[in-house]
Amino acid sequence: MEILKIDNVSLIYQTDEAETEALKDVNLSIQEGEFVAVIGPSGCGKTTILTLISGLMKPTSGKIYLDGEIIDRPVGDIGYMLQRDHLFPWRTILSNTLLGPELQKKKTPEAVEYASGLIDKYGLGEFKKAYPNQLSGGMRQRAALIRTLAYRPKILLLDEPFSALDYQTRLKVCDDVHGIIKSEKKTAILVTHDISEAISLADRIVVLTHRPATVKKIYEPKLSGSPLARREDQSFSRWFDVIYKDVSV
Amino acid sequence: MKKTLTLRERYLSDKRKKKIKIIALQIGLLILFFGLWELLAQTEVIDSFITSCPSRMFRTLKLLVKQDLFKHLGITLLECICGFLIATVLGTIIAILLWWSKTLRKVLEPYIVVLNSLPKIALGPVIIIWMGAGYGAIIAMTVLICIIVTIMSVLAGFMECDEDKILLMRAMGANKFQILFKLLLPASLPNLISVLKINVGLSWVGVIMGEYLVSSAGLGYLIIYGGQVFKLDLVMTSTMILCLLAALMYLTVALIEKHVKKSR
Repeated sequence: MEILKIDNVSLIYQTDEAETEALKDVNLSIQEGEFVAVIGPSGCGKTTILTLISGLMKPTSGKIYLDGEIIDRPVGDIGYMLQRDHLFPWRTILSNTLLGPELQKKKTPEAVEYASGLIDKYGLGEFKKAYPNQLSGGMRQRAALIRTLAYRPKILLLDEPFSALDYQTRLKVCDDVHGIIKSEKKTAILVTHDISEAISLADRIVVLTHRPATVKKIYEPKLSGSPLARREDQSFSRWFDVIYKDVSV
Repeated sequence: MKKTLTLRERYLSDKRKKKIKIIALQIGLLILFFGLWELLAQTEVIDSFITSCPSRMFRTLKLLVKQDLFKHLGITLLECICGFLIATVLGTIIAILLWWSKTLRKVLEPYIVVLNSLPKIALGPVIIIWMGAGYGAIIAMTVLICIIVTIMSVLAGFMECDEDKILLMRAMGANKFQILFKLLLPASLPNLISVLKINVGLSWVGVIMGEYLVSSAGLGYLIIYGGQVFKLDLVMTSTMILCLLAALMYLTVALIEKHVKKSR
């Protein structure tokens, strides 16, 4: 089932200095449960696509449909994960994960139970009452993902969520996040500049052109297993070469 | 027998010794200052009629306690705390309004900047005429002095808040109220406390300035009255009491800060 449809979307920025065409005729359809990575040259407007999907900005032309409905304002169906975890330091881990239900006035006993269950399930049970600064970087990013899942968004938007972590932690957290998203059967869009990260995580990889960005090519590597397992797959480096050439041209 | 200390014990004892040394030096400096002052006055190197001296100040204090010291003290303290609270609360509310409306912020920006650089004492006569020559005028002076700085620092704290955190909350469907109460206010708590600290100092400036302008009671009144009738003992004694009160109020805020830091 198609959950997200980006239909001929263009975006033109206005600033005092100039008019910038950021996106041009972007078309993309994403199926439920899919993990899609968006890569492209830096500054090409990858993040802008996520901002449009979240409804925080309106496209200049074209439409975006989430579950059949047009998105034109933030409705709370979107889960955002950013480079930094942005956990609130004055809230405990449990209370941080309950932020979404709280904001949407859905903090029912069931919601608390659900969030608490997710924390237990993904190995942070003993840190429920702890504050973010007592957790390691990887654990914090996991907590941030649980916070995003706790209000049951229809789609997850991951904006370079691993790039603030050191290499060792990044591989581990990549595996973690991929496992959690797959086991919760969530749809996810990952924006990254790291080609190997995209290949190791995504079912489909969307390559964007230079600004104004439009979809250049879509790859489907058909690798399976965890990100770490995929990195060891024989065809991994072949995919890397192909996509690398495509991105750098 | 000499007991051997572990590395840890030695570190801790060294640290304690250093701390004791600092406190001893601090107290020593105070004693030296007053001692020297008294000595120079007793040996008539300085004229204690003009400079006063600790023993004369002590006598004045005893006399004041018998008369109406606590009335003066109470009035000044009350004016100060009123001004402090009104300025802090009102300033924070105005800062929130300015954050809320970008248009309002842009419109009022130059006025706030001008008001900030204006010496508030210039408004003294206007305040007296409008508020009457009483406590109202003194509190108004205090509020005026504190409020602009409060507005500017609280607003700056709000504006510094991480844009990504706001984005995250908006994507979750948060409205402006929720962003204010669940993110901005808790996030700027340390900033609010530093504003309190600044306001403690400023509110004393406001109160004493106000009492210099109009008043028939209070510590500022005692100081100005003492100056006019050339009773330097009274001036110095009141100043010392003022020092003590300001320190006490600052310590109270520091205590609140410690408590807040602990609960985070």
